[in-house]
Amino acid sequence: MNQITEDFEPQIVAFCCRYCAYAAADLAGSSRIQYPPNVKIVLLPCSGKVDELYLLKAFEAEADGVYVAGCLEGTCHFLTGNLRAKKRVQYVKSLLDEVGIGGERLEMYNLSSAEGQRFAEIAREMTERIRALGPSPLNQRKSKEGAIK
Amino acid sequence: MIIADRKPFEEIKELTSKAKNILIAGCDSCVAVCLASGEKEVAVLASELRMQRKMDGLEGEIEEIVNVRQCENEYVDAMRDKVEKADLILSMACGVGVQTLAERFPDKLAYPALNTKFMGRPVEPGVWKENCEGCGHCILHLTGGICPVARCSKSMLNGPCGGSQGGKCEVDPEIDCGWQLIYDRLSRLGQLDALVEIMLSKDWSTSWSGGPRRVIKESAGV
Ligand code: SF4
Ligand code: SF4
Repeated sequence: MNQITEDFEPQIVAFCCRYCAYAAADLAGSSRIQYPPNVKIVLLPCSGKVDELYLLKAFEAEADGVYVAGCLEGTCHFLTGNLRAKKRVQYVKSLLDEVGIGGERLEMYNLSSAEGQRFAEIAREMTERIRALGPSPLNQRKSKEGAIK
Repeated sequence: MIIADRKPFEEIKELTSKAKNILIAGCDSCVAVCLASGEKEVAVLASELRMQRKMDGLEGEIEEIVNVRQCENEYVDAMRDKVEKADLILSMACGVGVQTLAERFPDKLAYPALNTKFMGRPVEPGVWKENCEGCGHCILHLTGGICPVARCSKSMLNGPCGGSQGGKCEVDPEIDCGWQLIYDRLSRLGQLDALVEIMLSKDWSTSWSGGPRRVIKESAGV
């Protein structure tokens, strides 16, 4: 088990709003700011487009961690999309807790399109958090079986 | 409409623990309006169950189906193909829907995933309130269109009681005093004199106290 944890590279899905986080990721790229390759970005027209099911399906598809990144509160392009996203993230956290996956594997972040540095920081923060938590309990079964082989 | 709420996941997990293939059956009418059922709610529960069961090492498939109304034979009968493959139908309809499934598929288990609460309506996004208890003899014309049976915590016919304070009910400060609402509405309509009449005790035999009820409409029969 220890070995699995040491070798563990978390798979993280980031749902990013095109007006902030996605643009910030772009900026991080063009400014050559490094961020962990563990994070796979899904582009959203607004963080408010995120649906409870997108988040659950990401976990079902064996993501170890998921986050939603939207504009700073009060600056949503569609006024309240990021506030809706925040509520949904909160709700799905409670679902993950009841299922036994753990709500701490899901997070909501807010940033502006000018914050390439912050984007990289968030990606690192989340990767470290999930690394410390270990693989999603859904993937642990598989890892254990794998380890027996 | 009928307002319901999903059972806690722990309970659903327990209810489904012995089943292998599960069909989650949603209803797209009343309980979809109160966001307890419908396509998305069925998909969310299916996703939760798939993950939980995988973690617990349980085998089997989780299928999903949603029909217009789970309380009508015609819609329910159309589910037959999917029902045949399932050991358990987990109904996301009100208690009426669950019982329809149990009756139409007598050899299958049909369990409720929702707790059926009351007859009411949405009052603001995400909030539903109770309006009617189906007492079987409506008196809304006497009470300014506000039901004393359902909206007075004590179902008083000649309220308010002494616990009405600042428009709120003594049972819970979150509850508006039904009789304050009746008074305000009648006063607005200039009908306060209606309150001088003492309402005699209600004949509750038309309510559930008379046992399970039925409605018959001869002209609709065949
Ligand atoms: S089963 Fe019938 S009564 Fe129950 S929620 Fe669905 S439509 Fe309404
Ligand atoms: S008086 Fe009876 S039928 Fe009328 S709203 Fe109240 S409970 Fe319902």
